[in-house]
Parts: sequence; C-alpha cells; structure tokens
Amino acid sequence: MASWIDSALVLLILTNLMLLGSSRIRTCIRAVAAQGIVLGLLALVAHRGAPSLHTLLLAVGGMGLKGLLFPWLLFRARREANVRREPRPFVGYQASIVAGTVAMGVSLWLGARLPLPGGVISPLVVPAALFTILCGLFLMVSRKTALMQVVGYLVLENGIYVFGAAGVQEAPLLVELGVLLDVFVAVFVMGITIFHISRQFDHIETDRLADLKE
Amino acid sequence: MSVHAVSFLSLPAALLLAPLLAGIVNRTKAFFAGRTGQPLLQRYHDLAKLFRKGTVYSRTTTWVFRAGPVVGLAALLAAMALVPVAGGPASLAFSGDLVLFAYLLGLARFATVLAALDTGSSFEGMGASREVQFAALAEPALLLGLAAIARETGSLSLSGMLGTITGGAWASAGPVLALVAAALLVVFLAENARIPFDDPTTHLELTMVHEVMVLDHGGPDLALIETASALKLWILGSLVVGILVPVRTGRPWLDAGAFLAGMAALGVITGIVESSMARLRLSAVPQLLVGAGALSALALMLVLW
Repeated sequence: MASWIDSALVLLILTNLMLLGSSRIRTCIRAVAAQGIVLGLLALVAHRGAPSLHTLLLAVGGMGLKGLLFPWLLFRARREANVRREPRPFVGYQASIVAGTVAMGVSLWLGARLPLPGGVISPLVVPAALFTILCGLFLMVSRKTALMQVVGYLVLENGIYVFGAAGVQEAPLLVELGVLLDVFVAVFVMGITIFHISRQFDHIETDRLADLKE
Repeated sequence: MSVHAVSFLSLPAALLLAPLLAGIVNRTKAFFAGRTGQPLLQRYHDLAKLFRKGTVYSRTTTWVFRAGPVVGLAALLAAMALVPVAGGPASLAFSGDLVLFAYLLGLARFATVLAALDTGSSFEGMGASREVQFAALAEPALLLGLAAIARETGSLSLSGMLGTITGGAWASAGPVLALVAAALLVVFLAENARIPFDDPTTHLELTMVHEVMVLDHGGPDLALIETASALKLWILGSLVVGILVPVRTGRPWLDAGAFLAGMAALGVITGIVESSMARLRLSAVPQLLVGAGALSALALMLVLW
C-alpha cells in the first residue's frame, strides 16, 4: 500500500519535471492530464480499506474533469489559438529543470519541518504537494503564452489537491465539490479568454499585452 | 581491497563478447528497416581486417596521437575490472571504486580528445568540443545516480552496490532504482554516441560527434578504438543490466545466463530506440542530459531524506 502511494507521488514529481522541461504545449497538456489521473488514483489508494461512496465519487469526478475535460478544453484553445510551442520563455528549459531540482530539495527540507496534525499517509506527501505548488507558481511566472499559464494554474491546484486527498483524511464533500466547480469555471473562462485574445491580437503572449496600456 | 581471481575471467569474456553486442544492435536496426543486415559476427571480421593493416601517421601528429587509442583501451580495461558482472564480485573491489570507475571513463575520453586535437583538423576539434560538452553534462547524471545507489545499499564499491540489488531491494526502493536506471540508460546512450545523441552511422563530418574524432586513425589504431568503443558499450550496459536484472541466486551459471540475456535484451532495446527515434537537434541534447541529471538528483534526494 505505502509503496503504491510513494510510486504515485514519484510519478507526480516526474510529470512536474516534464512540464518544466518541455517546450511543446501538447506535451504539457498531456502531462497535466496525467497528473489529474494520478491524483484520482492517489485519492483512491490513500484511504485504508474499501473506498466509501464519497471518496469514489470525488476520485472518479476529479479524474474525469482533470484527465479528460480540461485537456479537451485546453487542446481546443490550443487549436484555435494555433500555437504549438512556447517560443521564448522568461526562464529557459534547462534552467527550469535545474530550478525544479532546487525546488525539490527545498520542498523536502520544508516538508520535514512541517508536521501536519493527525499525521499523513506517507512522509513524501507534504514534499510532493509543496513541489507541485512551487512548480505551478514557477510555470505561471516564467512562461509567456497564456495557455501555459493556465497549465501552471492547474498544476498549482493539483498541488493543493494533494494536501486534501492524501494529507487530510476526510474533507467535507461540499467543500471539495465547490473547489472542483471553481477550477472548472476558471479553466472554462480562461479558454474563452485565450480564444478572444488570439483572435484580437494574433498571438497569446501575455508580456506583449502590456504594450496596450497607454 | 579485495581481489577475486575467478572474476578476472570477466575481462576476456567482455573483450570477446562486446563486439557481439554491437552486432545485436545492428541486426535489430536492420530488422526494423526491413533489411537483412550484416552478419552478427561482422564486427569481428572488421576488427581482424583492421589489425592486419599497416598505419599511416600524419607529419603534424606527435606521440599524443599514437598514445590515444592505447591509453583509451587500457583505461576501459581497468574500468571493466571494477564492474561486477553476473551477480558475482568484480575482480577488483575497494571502498570508493565508483569514483575511480567514473574517472577511468573520463581518462579514456580525455585520451581520445587529445589525440583528436593533435591532428590539427578543424573537424576533429569541433567533434572534440561537442564530445566534451555532452560528457560534462552526462557525468553528474552518472555520479549522482551511483551515489543514490551507494546510499541505498550502504556500500561504496560497485561490487557491493550491484551485488545487493535483489528483488527485495526493488520491492522496498523501487522508485529510486527505477529513476537511477532511467538516468543511467540515458547516460549509456549518450556516452556510447547512440541515437538520440549521435548517429553512429553518419558520414557527414558536420553532424558527427564521436565518429569525427577518429577520422584520422587507421589500421591497428582504429581497431583499438573500435574495440574500446565496443567495450564501453559493454561496461555501461552491464551497469544498467546489473540494476535492472536483479537475479542473484548464487548459482554462477544461472546468474551468468540471466546477465547475458539482460545484455542481449539491452542490445535489442538500443536497436529499437535507434530505429524509432530521430536524432535530437544539437541544442536539444544538453536538455535531455540535464533531465537525466535531474532524475539522478531526485533519486539521491529521495534516498538521503
């Protein structure tokens, strides 16, 4: 049981590194979809014994939303905006991977000093969650295309979800459903916004939008 | 330091079998391309032909050029003596020999690079510069990965490290071993100048990395270099197989059989990678190597913490 949870968390960390190192937007969307699936499986194996209806519902709903619906929305936005790769990020890909390795070290150091009340199912949970949050933040500030910033936002949300799914045993159903709904609306609105930006300006690079303000 | 006389048999065995591994890679590539391909033993014929030839030396070269192939092969033979094969101990083992192992590989590369620079050819200088750049990025991946395994198994010698990796170790520390194995596989492909890092069959000097450095060698010198490169494929391959095939029954024949089957499988996998992937752009190569280094660093952090 514990080794399955650890393997899932290592997979999560690997998808983060992949997101940091890949310039193709298609690969990044697939990686974030894989993260959604891994998180759903994590929520299923995290609970000892047979999963209750509550966890089953949340895990399957989360997997469907993050593994299928969001990637579909993002792929659609990518096709309409017609961008294949992130051309010139603020931080290069090799530097991003090195920064990711450093962030992993910081997360492990911080995770050892951050005991959660009630204990956690695996000592790797807190570092993996922190690392995912840091990666999401890093992606949002270091990439220029709006699509990659949405991906970064999703990664950030995934990191917070790891705390919820694996750290705290039982969160109220209503709260978790509310969070999922919020994320869904956010991605939906951002997809539409990206479409409008690309139709107006022929590109979705956010740093050049600053030129507009007079 | 411990010396195992029986394990010295692995040295002639490696010299004898290493060209066969390259043959397996070639046959796999031929199969995927729909060709018959060269015979499995073609490498041996090539080597025999080269050893019978005479040598020609350019007047601009010095003794450095002549020493290059010899030093390269000698360093790799010494490195082979440190690598345990088939579950048994290596012929030479002492605490910390993994550092010596890494730098014997470095010494072999240094000798080849010096010999290439000694010719004064601009192409060879370019190849040498690329080779050293990639090697500088592959070395952290190798050393950090070995450090992770050393910490996991509590031993600082390659024999102790690979000897204790069994099925039980995979069950308890599977993620760490898988990360290191993936990183070492990338190092294996990069150090041996295989696709996606370098195309061993390319004939265009501008795109060559490793092959361009040996353009001016001929005859027995080239044979020594070919033997050394086959041996390097074997050495790094036996590291990867030592991690991925945790068969340590204690019965020599069974262990040796599993090891040889693992090496053949590695040759087939290399052939499949070469058939199914294109070569990376030169600017994308460091990225993959840094990625391998990140995997090794992650494995080390998981073990340390």
